[in-house]
Amino acid sequence: MIQSSSKISDGKMFDIVVVLISAVILVIVLYPLLFVLSASFSDPAKVMNGEMWLFPVDFNLDAYAEIFKNNEIWIGYRNTIIYTTLGTIINIGLTTLAAYPLSRRDLPGRNLMMFMITFTMFFHGGLIPTYLIVQNLGMIDTIWAMVIPNAIATYNLIVMRTYFQTSIPWELQEAAMIDGCSNIKLLFKIILPLSKPIIAVLVLFYAVAHWNAFFNALIYLRDDALYPLQLILRQILLVNQLGGTDAAGQFGMDEKILLGQSVKYALVVVASVPVLIMYPFVQKHFVKGVMIGSIKG
Amino acid sequence: MSNATAKRKKALKRILSRFDLYLMLLLPISWYVIFQYGPMYGLQIAFKDYNPIQGFIGSEWVGLENFTRFFSSYYFGRLLWNTLSISLLSLLIAFPIPIFLALLINEIKNLNLKKTLQNVTYIPHFISLVVIVGMLDLFLSPDGGFINIILNSLGIESIPFLEKPEWFKTIFIGSNIWQNMGWQSIIYVAALSGIDHQLYEAAKIDGASRLQRIIHVSLPGIFPVIIILLILDIGQFMNVGFEKILLMQNNLNLESSEVIQTFVYRNGILNGDYSYSTAIGLFNSIINFALLLLINRYARKKAETSLW
Repeated sequence: MIQSSSKISDGKMFDIVVVLISAVILVIVLYPLLFVLSASFSDPAKVMNGEMWLFPVDFNLDAYAEIFKNNEIWIGYRNTIIYTTLGTIINIGLTTLAAYPLSRRDLPGRNLMMFMITFTMFFHGGLIPTYLIVQNLGMIDTIWAMVIPNAIATYNLIVMRTYFQTSIPWELQEAAMIDGCSNIKLLFKIILPLSKPIIAVLVLFYAVAHWNAFFNALIYLRDDALYPLQLILRQILLVNQLGGTDAAGQFGMDEKILLGQSVKYALVVVASVPVLIMYPFVQKHFVKGVMIGSIKG
Repeated sequence: MSNATAKRKKALKRILSRFDLYLMLLLPISWYVIFQYGPMYGLQIAFKDYNPIQGFIGSEWVGLENFTRFFSSYYFGRLLWNTLSISLLSLLIAFPIPIFLALLINEIKNLNLKKTLQNVTYIPHFISLVVIVGMLDLFLSPDGGFINIILNSLGIESIPFLEKPEWFKTIFIGSNIWQNMGWQSIIYVAALSGIDHQLYEAAKIDGASRLQRIIHVSLPGIFPVIIILLILDIGQFMNVGFEKILLMQNNLNLESSEVIQTFVYRNGILNGDYSYSTAIGLFNSIINFALLLLINRYARKKAETSLW
């Protein structure tokens, strides 16, 4: 087959346009991220008068040193790690305990339970009644307020249940049952080992949600010794309170303001890096997790 | 009669033989009852004058008083307008962009570029809202934010973007697109990869150009997915990502940034006006749910795709 020359150039033009648009999108997404990274390593004065536009200018680690001295940030970090670890364990535990029985087609009443669960995705009691329940349970200002009210994400539950139903052959489960395998044994010895990819995805989803969450902390926590990192960040980045160690002794006022700016850039980096490090490990499973989630059970 | 008893016995036996499954469900179901259905039960205080000592049940009924107070208040119009306009603009502008991105990714021939574009556009999804708004604050700052530095170099005076009500929606929706387009495109990319290649070949033989193949093969191929995501989006129509709005709010932009949900937070949690705020939240949820039912029904009839 011989294609006419105009057709070839047509296709080539199309490819060029595709590559150009891709390049523009890449720049738009990456530039702010690189800017933050570079600004965190630069002399804040140069950042503020526009001398730094891509690579660090007058490379220094002052902002990071300032963060390391700040107690609040360390407390926030520690709390977030606790909430994320404990919360994710509870999430995965409860989600599995719900997903496995609900995936069993021999469970009487499963359709009704599934309907009741799915319904909560579309209608809920809302902010205030939820708050009052948490309050009545005495969870305000405790670690439990950070991990129990969000113990299950229904979307993730459906993802897991669908995975159990579609990726693990029912015949395998039946065979194990005939051999006298109990449900607990079946779950731990057969189902879970076969479900590593989906568990990895759910761990990522849940852990990222805990790491990034600020709203529950905002409404349920009063005691700042319990504040997670995101609330501390909110105070420093948005409410402009740089507490903790006092830099005023070492620096003049202008310098302090400038340093404050670069501390903000460094904070953005420090707060985001743990999550971004985690994600390449599970990234290859994303598509599967998202696709399964789109199938309604 | 004995037949019925035998049947009932059999059913009971079926249930009893799975008692370990029910035992597993005990914790999760209790959680759903307490933290999902408990608040639904608590919604009754929208029609009551909630008093913490008397609780959900004991508090006194006031009928629709909380609702009428809201509908007749002077900020009702503004709240409704902000909520609806932010939602509608998001739907019109932010919804199609991941579809466009997925179609673009699907057309890239160079595998490295394809992978890079996908992986890079996912990244912002993992950054927290607090950090995103912090970045907006830094970039848009009138002194030293890089957007204003660019404006200054073009001879335009600095604009305090986050303090200007007229800029609020643009910044909110624009940054949402930046943060989520890659993530939201995943599902479309997956759907595109499922389209039968013979369809493209056939279109090619019929003389369709690349653009025509996108319009007549790719788009129809992912149409059901588009409809499902559209329904899900509309199911969240009234919630408009209020956590981010809350972070972006300040006294100066409140005029265009106060939406129903942030008002509920402010009035309920901060001021402790529980019944009134619950009523407003319920109003919000009902509109939301009604929209979902409506669009789902419409989609089932017209597009033969629906959530249920």
